[in-house]
Amino acid sequence: MSATPFSDEELGRIRADFPILSRLVRADKPLIYLDSGATSHKPRQVLDAERAFYERVNSAVHRGAHQLSEEGTDAYESARATIAAFIGAPADEIVFTRNATEAINLVAYAFSNGSAGGGGGAGDRFRLGPGDEVLVTEMEHHANLIPWQETCRRTGATLRWLPVTPQGQLDLSELDDLLTERTKVFAFTHVSNVLGTVNPVRELAERAHAVGALAVLDACQSVPHLPIDVSDLGVDLLAFSGHKMFGPLGIGVLWGRRALLDQMPVFLTGGSMIETVTMESATYAPVPQKFEAGVPVAAQAVGLAAACEYLTALGMARVHAHEQALTRRLLDGLTERPWIRVVGPPAGPERGGAVSFVVEGVHAHDVGQVLDDAGIAVRVGHHCAWPLHRALEAAATTRASFAAYTTPAEIDALLTALDQVPAVFGVEVSA
Amino acid sequence: MDLYQELILEHYKRPVGAGLRDPFDAEVHHVNPTCGDEVTLRVHVEQGADGPVVTDVSYDATGCSISVASTSILAEEVTGTSVAHARRTIAAMRDMLTSKGESAGDEDLIGDGVALAGVAKYPARVKCALLGWMALTDALHQSEGVQL
Repeated sequence: MSATPFSDEELGRIRADFPILSRLVRADKPLIYLDSGATSHKPRQVLDAERAFYERVNSAVHRGAHQLSEEGTDAYESARATIAAFIGAPADEIVFTRNATEAINLVAYAFSNGSAGGGGGAGDRFRLGPGDEVLVTEMEHHANLIPWQETCRRTGATLRWLPVTPQGQLDLSELDDLLTERTKVFAFTHVSNVLGTVNPVRELAERAHAVGALAVLDACQSVPHLPIDVSDLGVDLLAFSGHKMFGPLGIGVLWGRRALLDQMPVFLTGGSMIETVTMESATYAPVPQKFEAGVPVAAQAVGLAAACEYLTALGMARVHAHEQALTRRLLDGLTERPWIRVVGPPAGPERGGAVSFVVEGVHAHDVGQVLDDAGIAVRVGHHCAWPLHRALEAAATTRASFAAYTTPAEIDALLTALDQVPAVFGVEVSA
Repeated sequence: MDLYQELILEHYKRPVGAGLRDPFDAEVHHVNPTCGDEVTLRVHVEQGADGPVVTDVSYDATGCSISVASTSILAEEVTGTSVAHARRTIAAMRDMLTSKGESAGDEDLIGDGVALAGVAKYPARVKCALLGWMALTDALHQSEGVQL
C-alpha cells in the first residue's frame, strides 16, 4: 500500500512537538509558516537532545581522557551512525560541516587544492586545469554554483552549465554536447529549491560516470522531504544541511564514497584532523576526521541525529506523501487563478514541495508583505538562484514550501490571502 | 494595510521622471541583492547662481512598489534643487527610514516621502525604499568628485 498523507489528528500531534508553531505574529495572528524550504522549525525532541548534550556531556570531543570527553565522543559518533543510517550510508562516509554550503565548498576546494598539489589525498581525480571542465545547471542554488565558479577561476578549468527549459526542467537534449570527456565534475541539484523540479539523478550520475566525471549532488531539498538511499542514487558525493530537516542550525553533512574520500585532498586544516605534525608539515587522520578541523560540532550532530530519528518515526514515505498532497492542493488552487503564473513543472512525482509563482503585475516583495500581514510566512526574491530567475524572466518570485507539520488548511489560508493581493495594488484580474 | 498608502501606489503606477535621459554627468547601477531589484540612475548637475543644481534625475527601476515609489518621490523632490538641498533631502529620508518607526519624516524636505514612514517598521523593506537614494548619493559623488 502506498503511503498516505497525515490525518488531521496526526498533524495535531506533530504540530504539538514544535513550540514555535503556537506563537502569534503581526497583531496576534496565528503563524502560518510556509518557508520550511529556507529553514524548518525544530521539534522538542531535537531541542531536548541538544540541551541534554550541553547539560550532561558537554566537552571537546576526540580529545582529552576524562569521562565527559569519552561520553561526548560517544554521543558524537553515535549521532554520525544515526545520520548515516538515515541516508543508507556507512558511518565513516559521513563528514560533518557547518552547513551544506560548506560541504560543497569542501569538495570544490578539494579540487583546487588537489590541482595545487594539496595534501591529504592522492588522486588525479581531484586535479583540474585548463582544458578541463566543470558542468553545473542553470537551476542551481548559488551554493552549488559560486564555489565552482571560484574553483574554475583558481584552476583555469572552464565552467559550463546545462540550461533549463521554459517548463523548469533540465534541457537534457544539450547534455551530449556539454558532458564530455573534458568534464571532470558534474554538480547538480536533486530537487530545485525554486521550481520543485526533481531531477533524474540516477540517469545524470550514469551519464557523468560514462565520461569519467564525478557526480556531486546538492540534496538540500531532497533529504528532508523524501526517502533517500545513497546507494540507489549513483552519485559520488552528496551534500545536505541539518536545519532544513528539523535539525539545528550550524551543521551540514557531506556524504561520499569511502574510496573517494580517501583520495580527496583536505580543505579546512587545524586541530582534530591530523595524524602527526612537525614544524614543517603534517600528515592527516583517516576519513572522516581529516575533513573535520577544529572542535567538532557535537551538540549539533546530536540534535541532527534526533531529527533523523523524529523523521524516521514519522516515516519518510509518509512525509513525502503528505508534502505531495499539499503541493497538489496548492498547485490546483493557483491554477484556478489565471492571474498567477506558477514556475516549474505540474504536480506529480517529478515535482517536490517548493512552489514558486508570480502574481501578474505585483512584485514578489509586495505579495510577501500582504501575506505577512495575514501571518503567512513565505519566501520572496530570487531564493539564492538569480541565474535561474533570469532564465525564467522573473525578477523575483514568491515561494511556499512545506514540511511534515504543514496543514491543508494553511494552504487554503494562503490561497485566500492571495486573493486580496491584486486589489491592494489596484491590479484588475479576471476570475 | 497602512504600508501601502494611496500616494505610494500612485508613484508606483506612474513614476515621476522615469526613463533614462541625456545629458547626464554620472550614471550608477545599484541592486538589492536580497531580491534582485535594480535601478540605473543618472544625474545631470549644472552650475547655478548659488552653487551646483540638480537639473535632471532620470532612472530605469525594476522592483517592488516600495522601491519604485521611493525612487519616483526622489525624482520629484530632488530635480531642480541645489545639490546641497538634495543632500539634506537624502539625509532626511535616510533618518526617517532607519528610525525603526520613531520618525514621521520632515515633509518640508522629503515631500511625498513621508508616505514611506511606515516602511521603517519593516526592516526587510528599508533597503527597498533606500535603493534609489543610495544610487543618488553615489551618482552625486561621481558627478562632483571628491570635494563632496
